[in-house]
Amino acid sequence: MQQCKTLELLVGLFVASGIVALFFLAMHVSNLNPLTEDEGYTIYARFENSGGLKVKSPVSIAGVRIGRVTNIRFDTQTYESIVEMRIGKQYNTLPDDTSASILTAGLLGEQYVGLNAGGSEDYLEDGSVIEYTQSAIVLEKLIGQFLYQNKSDKK
Amino acid sequence: MIRLTRQLGRYTLQSLAKLGRGSLFLNHTLSGLTEILFRPRLLIRQLYFVGVLTFLIIVISGLFVGMVLGLQGYYTLSDFGAEESLGVMVAASLVRELGPVVAALLFAGRAGSALTAEIGLMKATEQLSGMEMMAVDPVKRIIAPRFFAGFISLPILAALFSAIGILGGEMVGVGLLGVDEGSFWSQMQANLDFYDDIMNGVIKSIVFGFVTSWIALFEGYDAIPTSEGVSRATTRTVVNSAFAVLGLDFLLTAMMFGDD
Repeated sequence: MQQCKTLELLVGLFVASGIVALFFLAMHVSNLNPLTEDEGYTIYARFENSGGLKVKSPVSIAGVRIGRVTNIRFDTQTYESIVEMRIGKQYNTLPDDTSASILTAGLLGEQYVGLNAGGSEDYLEDGSVIEYTQSAIVLEKLIGQFLYQNKSDKK
Repeated sequence: MIRLTRQLGRYTLQSLAKLGRGSLFLNHTLSGLTEILFRPRLLIRQLYFVGVLTFLIIVISGLFVGMVLGLQGYYTLSDFGAEESLGVMVAASLVRELGPVVAALLFAGRAGSALTAEIGLMKATEQLSGMEMMAVDPVKRIIAPRFFAGFISLPILAALFSAIGILGGEMVGVGLLGVDEGSFWSQMQANLDFYDDIMNGVIKSIVFGFVTSWIALFEGYDAIPTSEGVSRATTRTVVNSAFAVLGLDFLLTAMMFGDD
């Protein structure tokens, strides 16, 4: 009887580990459920074009990652995209005239939000909106401009 | 020339007869489900032998496969400056292909061969005929619990393999080679879909579990009841399971991922 109980226990553990693995795959690996954010505060930024930015893209300042993009919405009033970012609570001394731009890590790398600290005395708080923003650079537009410029130079 | 043709004919007829016996056997096994519902203890015992004892080899292989994927993926992707995609590469290849396939191959080698040898020896020592004499159906009593144990275990093992492999890939990619942890996970989450990728992987592993258990048990049941016959049956189990898994994997992949 005792042996039977350990057998049942081991089988129970085996099945439970399988369920945990599947749960891990569902929650962590696929996008079934966004992870709960760690402690911090939320700020917003409006961009004319947020390019290939994705939810969970990094937010960095001076090359250091300080937070993540948590949501990207389209504003039907101003036709801009509103990017919601969650910043770690230890980085609560960002000046409120900080500017945000969407940059690309490497030529084919993923896009991230880069912040540039301003000089104001006041700090960004939970729910503040970054006013100075620079849109993502769309490569096709850039190439188009370049080609157009070349043509007009020749004339 | 005539002898050669006749040999070909005999071979074909033998294969067909075997396929027929296999189908009847499968039908009989599946009808043993009611027996298991009344006696779940039989199933639990087999789950231990088939599933729990395969656990360790699956976890260790999964870890190393994930680590190698992380390493190789990093070397290739870093040439293009796309190390951030390492997470996608590791997770997609594990969840879609390697998890179900490698787990099934290991399962056939570890559990399938053991099942064949066990059933074959039972037949060789006339335990199965002994049961029949006592009016106990050996297929329902002996084979069906093992079949369903394999059928249940393999999806669990494949999910474990993928999960551990991804953690192994993260260990190498993020821990050793310095890929950004956030990018690793976020790109993975952005590019992998729960239904399209993970559930399809699970469906694959269910199919493989069905096929490998069927092959292993049928080869044992159909073995020539001598020591040589059992050893041949064990070899055939591993070889046929590998063929079946790899062939079915191609078909399933073509069906599942063909559209997009």
